[in-house]
Amino acid sequence: MSDPIVENKPVLYSYWRSSCSWRVRIALNLKEIPYDIKAVSLIKGGGEQHCNEYREVNPMEQVPSLCIDGHTLIESLNIMHYLEETRPQRPLMPQDCFKRAKVREICEMIASGIQPLQNLIVLIYVGEEKKKEWSQHWITRGFRAIEKLLSTTAGKYCVGDEITLADCCLVPQVFNARRFHVDLRPFPIILRIDRELENHPAFRAAHPSSQPDCPPEVAK
Amino acid sequence: MGKPVLYSYWRSSCSWRVRIALNLKEIPYDIKAVSLIKGGGEQHCNEYREVNPMEQVPSLCIDGHTLIESLNIMHYLEETRPQRPLMPQDCFKRAKVREICEMIASGIQPLQNLIVLIYVGEEKKKEWSQHWITRGFRAIEKLLSTTAGKYCVGDEITLADCCLVPQVFNARRFHVDLRPFPIILRIDRELENHPAFRAAHPSSQPDCPPEVAK
Repeated sequence: MSDPIVENKPVLYSYWRSSCSWRVRIALNLKEIPYDIKAVSLIKGGGEQHCNEYREVNPMEQVPSLCIDGHTLIESLNIMHYLEETRPQRPLMPQDCFKRAKVREICEMIASGIQPLQNLIVLIYVGEEKKKEWSQHWITRGFRAIEKLLSTTAGKYCVGDEITLADCCLVPQVFNARRFHVDLRPFPIILRIDRELENHPAFRAAHPSSQPDCPPEVAK
Repeated sequence: MGKPVLYSYWRSSCSWRVRIALNLKEIPYDIKAVSLIKGGGEQHCNEYREVNPMEQVPSLCIDGHTLIESLNIMHYLEETRPQRPLMPQDCFKRAKVREICEMIASGIQPLQNLIVLIYVGEEKKKEWSQHWITRGFRAIEKLLSTTAGKYCVGDEITLADCCLVPQVFNARRFHVDLRPFPIILRIDRELENHPAFRAAHPSSQPDCPPEVAK
């Protein structure tokens, strides 16, 4: 572990409603790693993520980015795996190789199979008229597959009875599904896990409505 | 236990990543070809849906289990077959490898995946693909300017190289202008004749159409 006198708190570049930022916020909270937030508005002035200064932080011009241990990390799954490797307390991955594979499968199904297709920048490209149907299509397709996988892997949570990185990815994606009015009734296991974690302190603290950049009219 | 079985399509970049990794780690495997074209796509049939509920390739049957999602498969191989490692030891370098992998696997490829292009439509698919590949490559080129040695991260082949080479092939398929990406091109050229990459190339696959195979 790093010397706390030398090291500053990690800094997370985050947008309140970004599901990718939210995944990392949950993981940081679960592992009890204190951090500061630098809010990046994806809306103001065409999106602060595109400004020259932030492009130096993250060349993909996305959130989240995490400044930690003197380095800047991007890509939410990468960040979460880095935290697992360097801060092994409160592990978010099982020990067993196959169970680890199942966690990674769920994470990738969300992080490459669903979210990139309903990402803000893609929806802008798709256009206002078609974006709702487009988002519903890809989220539904992904959730159908995840529900099937969960039927073999889920215990109390996505994989067994301990919270893993899969849960960190799932909850924000369910929120997005609701935003786009996806019919979630075909996905009872997904709904059950989401409900189970709703009131978990780490998840509550990471929720968009708890974020410093959450618009006052939205915050609870 | 029998040899691992990889469900693969010759031109699928995600299948290709795993083929490269299996070859680099000298893990013998059999291929079950899944045509993404025939009859609307064999990946959608009931039998294959039992293998992979996302109805995609690749899937890998190994050690009595079925694994899906190419990055997951590659990390599983790293964890269970540590010979010929494809990840550095250093935590930050490992992070850089994962960054490049994710930029490709979530930042580029899903947006030019066959099923998405069908949805986007014949008229718009070329411009759409070029847009997302160019955007992603711009960011990767920038990252590589700080991480690349002989390969993507330093001087040893890693999972990042396994992801990059197939994506460059896709970029060429969609006529993306690659001149702004000299580091990407250099690494791709460097690996072109590596035996593990050659054996994994679409043109070397059992389901590659004869008119395409070299």
